[in-house]
Amino acid sequence: MIEAIPLTHWLTLSTLLFFIGVYGFLTRSNLITILISIELILNAVNINLLAFNKYLYPEALEGHFFSLFVIAVAASEAAVAVAIFINLYRNINTVEVEEVNKMKY
Amino acid sequence: MDYSYTIWIPLLPLITFVLIGLLGGKVKPIVSGITGVLSLTVSACLSIFTAYRYFLVDGAVDGVFQKIIASNHTWLRFTDTLYIDMGVLLDPISVMMLVVITFISLMVHVYSLGYMKGETGFSRFYSVLSLFSFSMLGLVLASNIFQMYMFWELVGVSSYLLIGYYYTKPSAVAASKKAFIVTRFADLGFLVGILILSFQTGTFDFSIITSAEGLATLGNVTSSFIGLSAITWATLLIFIGGAGKSAMFPLHVWLPDAMEGPTPVSALIHAATMVVAGVYLVARLFPVFSLVVPGSLTVVAWVGGFSSLFAAIIACTQIDIKRVLAYSTMSQIGYMMLALGVSGYLIEDSLGFTASMFHLFTHAFFKALLFLGAGAIIHAVHSNVMTEMGGLRKSLPITHITFLVACLAIAGIPPFSGFFSKDEILVAAFEANKILFAIEWLVAGLTAFYMFRLYFSVFWGKNRNYEHEPHEAPLSMTLPLIILAAGAFGAGFIPFSHFVTSTGETFTSHIHWNIAIPSIAVALIGIFVAAWLYKSENDRASSLAASLGILYKSAYNKFYIDEIYLFMTRQVIFKYISEPIAWFDRHIVDGTVNLVGSFVNFVSERIKGFQSGQVQQYAFYFMAGVITLTIVFVYFYSN
Amino acid sequence: MSFLSLFVLIPILTCAAIMLVRSKSNVRWVAASGMVIQLILAAVLVVLYLLERKAGNDAPMLFMYDVTWFKSLGIHYAIGVDGISVAMIALTAIVIFAGIFASWQVDYLTKEFFISLIILSSGVFGFFISIDLFTMFLFYEVAVIPMYLLIGIWGTGPKEYSAMKLTLMLMAGSAFILVGILGLYFNSSIDGGPLTFNILEIAKVNIPIEAQRFFFPLTFVGFGVLGALFPFHTWSPDGHASAPTAVSMLHAGVLMKLGGYGCFRVAMFLMPEATNEMAWFFIILTSISVIYGAFGAIMQKDLKYINAYSSVSHCGLVLFALLMINQTAMNGAILQMISHGLMTALFFALIGMIYSRTHTRMVNEMGGLMKAIPFLSVSYVIAGLASLGLPGLSGFVAEMTIFVGAFQHSDTFHRVVTIVACASIVVTAVYILRVVGAMLMGPFKNEEHENIKDSSWFERISVVSLIIAIVAMGVAPLWLSDMTWESLTPIIDKLDVFS
Repeated sequence: MIEAIPLTHWLTLSTLLFFIGVYGFLTRSNLITILISIELILNAVNINLLAFNKYLYPEALEGHFFSLFVIAVAASEAAVAVAIFINLYRNINTVEVEEVNKMKY
Repeated sequence: MDYSYTIWIPLLPLITFVLIGLLGGKVKPIVSGITGVLSLTVSACLSIFTAYRYFLVDGAVDGVFQKIIASNHTWLRFTDTLYIDMGVLLDPISVMMLVVITFISLMVHVYSLGYMKGETGFSRFYSVLSLFSFSMLGLVLASNIFQMYMFWELVGVSSYLLIGYYYTKPSAVAASKKAFIVTRFADLGFLVGILILSFQTGTFDFSIITSAEGLATLGNVTSSFIGLSAITWATLLIFIGGAGKSAMFPLHVWLPDAMEGPTPVSALIHAATMVVAGVYLVARLFPVFSLVVPGSLTVVAWVGGFSSLFAAIIACTQIDIKRVLAYSTMSQIGYMMLALGVSGYLIEDSLGFTASMFHLFTHAFFKALLFLGAGAIIHAVHSNVMTEMGGLRKSLPITHITFLVACLAIAGIPPFSGFFSKDEILVAAFEANKILFAIEWLVAGLTAFYMFRLYFSVFWGKNRNYEHEPHEAPLSMTLPLIILAAGAFGAGFIPFSHFVTSTGETFTSHIHWNIAIPSIAVALIGIFVAAWLYKSENDRASSLAASLGILYKSAYNKFYIDEIYLFMTRQVIFKYISEPIAWFDRHIVDGTVNLVGSFVNFVSERIKGFQSGQVQQYAFYFMAGVITLTIVFVYFYSN
Repeated sequence: MSFLSLFVLIPILTCAAIMLVRSKSNVRWVAASGMVIQLILAAVLVVLYLLERKAGNDAPMLFMYDVTWFKSLGIHYAIGVDGISVAMIALTAIVIFAGIFASWQVDYLTKEFFISLIILSSGVFGFFISIDLFTMFLFYEVAVIPMYLLIGIWGTGPKEYSAMKLTLMLMAGSAFILVGILGLYFNSSIDGGPLTFNILEIAKVNIPIEAQRFFFPLTFVGFGVLGALFPFHTWSPDGHASAPTAVSMLHAGVLMKLGGYGCFRVAMFLMPEATNEMAWFFIILTSISVIYGAFGAIMQKDLKYINAYSSVSHCGLVLFALLMINQTAMNGAILQMISHGLMTALFFALIGMIYSRTHTRMVNEMGGLMKAIPFLSVSYVIAGLASLGLPGLSGFVAEMTIFVGAFQHSDTFHRVVTIVACASIVVTAVYILRVVGAMLMGPFKNEEHENIKDSSWFERISVVSLIIAIVAMGVAPLWLSDMTWESLTPIIDKLDVFS
């Protein structure tokens, strides 16, 4: 069943996801949403990896491994980032990125 | 023929200068004074002894006076051939100058014991006076032109220090500054002249420059600049130096102001010795002037002639007695310059040279006497202004008689000394140029007029009410007056042409009565006019002044030369050169540096936005970069 | 190890000793005794040098010592002296000695002040003894950097601005110098041999003319910035005006000489062809310096500004004379460096002392000081007379040597600029006498000045030591002039080949 879907569809989906993530990353000012956008980007990459693995090298498993690594990194990254956000919020009462400028210049 | 002891003649005053300068504050003032007088007495005795030996015993070989280098030490080496020596050169003019300087300086030293008594800075006065004596002696004894330039500067600075002796008085400060800067400006000419001359001859040494080979070298110089040959430039520039020191028109402006100094200083420096240094300089290089570039000598003659007339006219109108004497000095130095200018080098027509030196000699006596007499008058009445004086012949008998002697001498009445020297000058001028002779003849009359105007106004006329009853000066002041009066009377009988000539050979000169009689006549006319106007109280003088109108007024204001100078310095140099430069430096040069600084600031202000610290922005630039690169690569690799 | 290294070591040891002592007066005494040793050492060096020369040793540099420092780049700690550096070392020793006494009363952070001052002097000494370009550059930087602290911390007026401007301009200069030095380094090998920074080695090589044309102006301008070459002189008036007394003395007296010294030792000596080719351009710049500085000084009202502009004029004369490429003129330049070093140090010392009494440096706010402070006033007059070139004082010797030397050129260009430069002595007289007349003579302008005290003993030591040096040089210049003359011979020989 999955073979019925051509590779280009997967790629289109991951590209869309990727650019939505980039767009969110660039425009949102809330740190949480920025983090969510990063997750979108990472997941777009994951889809790409898996799709290429499945369609081009079906007998290899590197794509799967790699996406598992990405998920692990993304999870730890999310943990660290959220910890920072919480501390930030406690200190300066905001998670708006533009207002975090205490150390600027 | 060992003259090596002559080195001590200048050295003694130098030692005195150092001693008094360092220790003067620690001893009683009078000790400084006595030290100065003693050391100068020794110098004067040595000089007179030297003159006796040189002129009468062994200076001449086969009737020709020799140049003797009594001592020579290298002081500074520039190149293998150009070096400054500290030497002692004895020849007729330097030995003659030795006597004049040490003698007049001694008189002034003695006189100042009385005149300067009780002044603050008495020791300072004597130490600088010693410095001056040292420098002036070094100047006349110089064996090379650069040594002369060094001492030339040193006499300049001692003159500066002495004019500014009353340093709390603004006018004295201004006068000293003016004197130094004007002569310094002239010295620049001297220096450049030396540079040119030494470049062409390869030496500073007088005896090489004026030797036959030296003159031949100079004669062969062909290089020229703006139409004049290099040697003409050199001599003219050197003459500018001399003219500055000798107060020749138009560099004379400092001399009348220099009278702000104490009167003995005026007598020594600004009448008898330093101001004739210019004449001495031309005389020293006379062979170069006369044999190589006679054109420059003509310039010397005309500058001298014009200055003497110019100064004599101004002297007739001044009311400050020291200023009258200052202009009279300028006028008499004009005579000396003119005499040099009309002279030839060879013994047959070198009367002018001898006359010039002769007049320098006699002038030193009677002008020093006049100044010291004026000092005695000022000392008695506490004023410089002639119109506030009168009838002093009773209260100041010695001053009166000696002053009269000096006036007769300067007016050229026989048998006083001025008659003989002036007669020789007039003869020389008559033979060379009739116009110059006419000018000098007229100046002779003017001289007699203004001197007797001074004499009658001060000693005759109405008695004034003085604050203090004037009384005769102490012996320390009158003794020099009497000695100088004897000199002013008798100096004319010295047969100068037997001793001082351009080549060293000698000749005999006679009084030319066909010229002497008209000059005596014009002098007598001057005296009678002065007597008619000033001997008794009347208003003839003021009505005469009124009838002359603008001429009198401009002469009274010294023909506005001072104002022209002031305009040149204040308005032109300060305002249009110096101020713009200062502005340019602050605003353009410095502004450029600040501009570079602010440009860096500006740029960093602008580009520091890139480093915002916002990851989103970085990511945006990153993405933009990736996309751009992608497009570029796709574009390039697709073809 | 050659005893020359002591010149760098003693200041460093003195600094170490200063760190150990506590009280302010001890700091002063330690600093003073260190510099007295330095002065004695300099005197010994002069005597040893003269004896060695008399004994017939005619090597270009004496007391050489060389130790590899960084092998792969060929950097050595190489030292040695010739007559010129000996004279410069003597000058530095005198000026720093006088400077220590002139800053006797520094009260704020005394210890740090003396440490920076002495570190600076060790840089200067090191610069003069180095014959390795890299070491030389290193010491140059050691001398320049403490200046920033000294002016920025202990200065007066707009001190941060002045310190910044001075340091940045000199740093820009050093950047040029560094490029120049590297340029020399990479062209220094003979037939593909090892590269070297050693001046004497490089001098044996003919550096390609194309490289010279590029690196000569860089090096010359780089050093020229420190030597107050027009139009790179503007750090000087502000810097001097803001600097504390001893720093002004050391800066104008010695540091500006680093510029002149570097110009001929590095730029001209090592790149003779380019020197001959481009001299005319720099001669024009320096003659502008000479006249421009003198006229600029006339209208200034602040004593230190007057002196700073006068330094521009006098240091311009140094570079001017060097560029004449004539042994007499160059000798005059060396003499002028020494003479200017002494008299300008004296000037700044006196200005500092007068300022500490009157609390103003404006000429028109003072008057009649001669009566209140005769010693300082007479010293000021002596400094002034030296500056305007009075015979018997040092300025005359130097200036006349320059003028006579420069005038020996037979072409009109050199002679005309010489006459132009001569004219500066008249202008100098104008501004010196103006100050003397207005400040020292005349009536008092401010009643408070009537009761100020004359110099104290440490000020007298400082002033008298400088005056003695000035008079000694002015009265008996022959040995000094002969000593430097001789050392110029190899340099002028190299330069003459290409003229």
